[in-house]
Amino acid sequence: MSISNIKEEFPIFNNKIHNNDLVYLDSANSSQKPQSVIERVNEFYTNEFSNTGRSVHYLAVAATNLYENTRSSVQKYINAKDKNEIVFTKGATEAINLVANTYGQKFLDEGDEILITELEHHSNYVPWHFLRKSKGIKIEFAEINNDGEITVESIEKKITSKTKLIAITHLSNVTGAILPVKEITELAHSKGIAVLVDGCQGAPHLKLDMQDIDCDFYAISCHKMYGPTGLGVLYAKKKWLEELPPYQGGGGMINDVTKDSITYGDLPNKYEAGTMATAQVIAFDQSIKFLEKIGIENMIKHEKELIEYGQEILRKNNSVKLIGSPKNRAAVLSFTIEGVHPHDIATILDEDGVAIRAGHHCCQILHDKLGISASARASLGVYNTKEDLDQLNSSINNCKKIFNL
Amino acid sequence: MNIKELYQEIILEHGKNPRNLRKTENFNKDAKGNNPLCGDNVHIFLKLDEDKKVQDVSFEGSGCAISMASASIMTDLMKGKEEIEVKEIVNDFLCMIKENPELKSKNLEEDEKTKLMCLSGVKQYPMRVKCATLSWHTLISAIDNKPEEINTEGVD
Repeated sequence: MSISNIKEEFPIFNNKIHNNDLVYLDSANSSQKPQSVIERVNEFYTNEFSNTGRSVHYLAVAATNLYENTRSSVQKYINAKDKNEIVFTKGATEAINLVANTYGQKFLDEGDEILITELEHHSNYVPWHFLRKSKGIKIEFAEINNDGEITVESIEKKITSKTKLIAITHLSNVTGAILPVKEITELAHSKGIAVLVDGCQGAPHLKLDMQDIDCDFYAISCHKMYGPTGLGVLYAKKKWLEELPPYQGGGGMINDVTKDSITYGDLPNKYEAGTMATAQVIAFDQSIKFLEKIGIENMIKHEKELIEYGQEILRKNNSVKLIGSPKNRAAVLSFTIEGVHPHDIATILDEDGVAIRAGHHCCQILHDKLGISASARASLGVYNTKEDLDQLNSSINNCKKIFNL
Repeated sequence: MNIKELYQEIILEHGKNPRNLRKTENFNKDAKGNNPLCGDNVHIFLKLDEDKKVQDVSFEGSGCAISMASASIMTDLMKGKEEIEVKEIVNDFLCMIKENPELKSKNLEEDEKTKLMCLSGVKQYPMRVKCATLSWHTLISAIDNKPEEINTEGVD
């Protein structure tokens, strides 16, 4: 599969938006879906549907095998040691809430500290805030530098004898900074601290190797990875999944139930209560196949060229101010235009079929730190081209013209 | 609809140089509002005299051109109106922004109606309606002395 004509794999690009070709630059929010993923959902419901893991009839067995097959594909894709370290959730948000809830319940006490960063998405802050309210834990924030990066040193500075867990993004959804998660994990482990990586933006753009990063938890959002909505993955080291209590109670996660006592199922069933997003899980296998067919190295190379080109043309554009200049950047270009509010930028760009996001991108802490209430964000997917970025630039110029800049 | 019908000259001008962007001295009513989706926020200050007439109304805050222009035009035209008239005008404006093709209020002069109709373009942009209505909801909240902050997610 060649990247040069990859748009053909995505039927959405056959549509016109306000009579223009779609220039989709909102993949950090959610990516578009290739035909193979869309077809897989349809095929499953049309010819193969059954619930998994319960009944013994033909369809149930086949569906269960397909479901478990995706688990194996994910394991392989992220190089986890064990298939049972892959837990399906309704999203990355639920994956982080699962850890906050179970780890918090068992291992955190009043005065313990969770260390996060100023780059974090609300989904990697609010679940910890719940523990601050319920258990009296403290939340510390590692600070960004002037380039919008988080360094190992900035993490080290905030570690105390009370730090129990470090929860950090792999790739900032605002500055595009790639965090040195492997080095941070090494440092944390040397001090007996566990590490959770929010991989929402990292997973769709970076090579994933859980055994190399060695983090304890890694959260993935499947809909940002050319997969269906309503699905996430929590990677957790087996020792944690064995040691932590279950998250939600219900069918499928139990072993033995009596009026007096309940025992829980084996991994990973212990964490997958109720009927799961079966069709989505099965279709997600096609997302992984899609990424494998392109080749992760090819994708990284393509997106690196794009991000460099995007930075180059936006830096040349007067009155556009890029947010952050991390040395190690991927997929995200956030910016402001002096004199035009990001929401007005987004509405005007939309008229040309250019889809970007405006707002605080669920990172209010970061925007407060930067002293702005909102920013505009163009984010990349594997289907984007230099022409898309040229169109972005020319629509920005149109926007400046409307505002008499 | 052309984008220039949304961003008419009068909106751009009010957005760039909002009127009454300050804090009324000795205000006797105020309320805050925010739009969590955009991060837009507004704080309305109102001074009613003994006859419940608007002696002054002003606002502080930040937001997009639509929300700033809307607050600017609103505060400009409410001065001198009676509290009951203000409420009627707000209601009329909100109905117009949602569905009514025109403004019906007898408490608005023709030129005031013309100015407000410049904001009618947001009807075509459902995600932006909240930008135009935030300051109006907040003004009502100030008049009614509602203690809680107006949040556009809670109103339509």
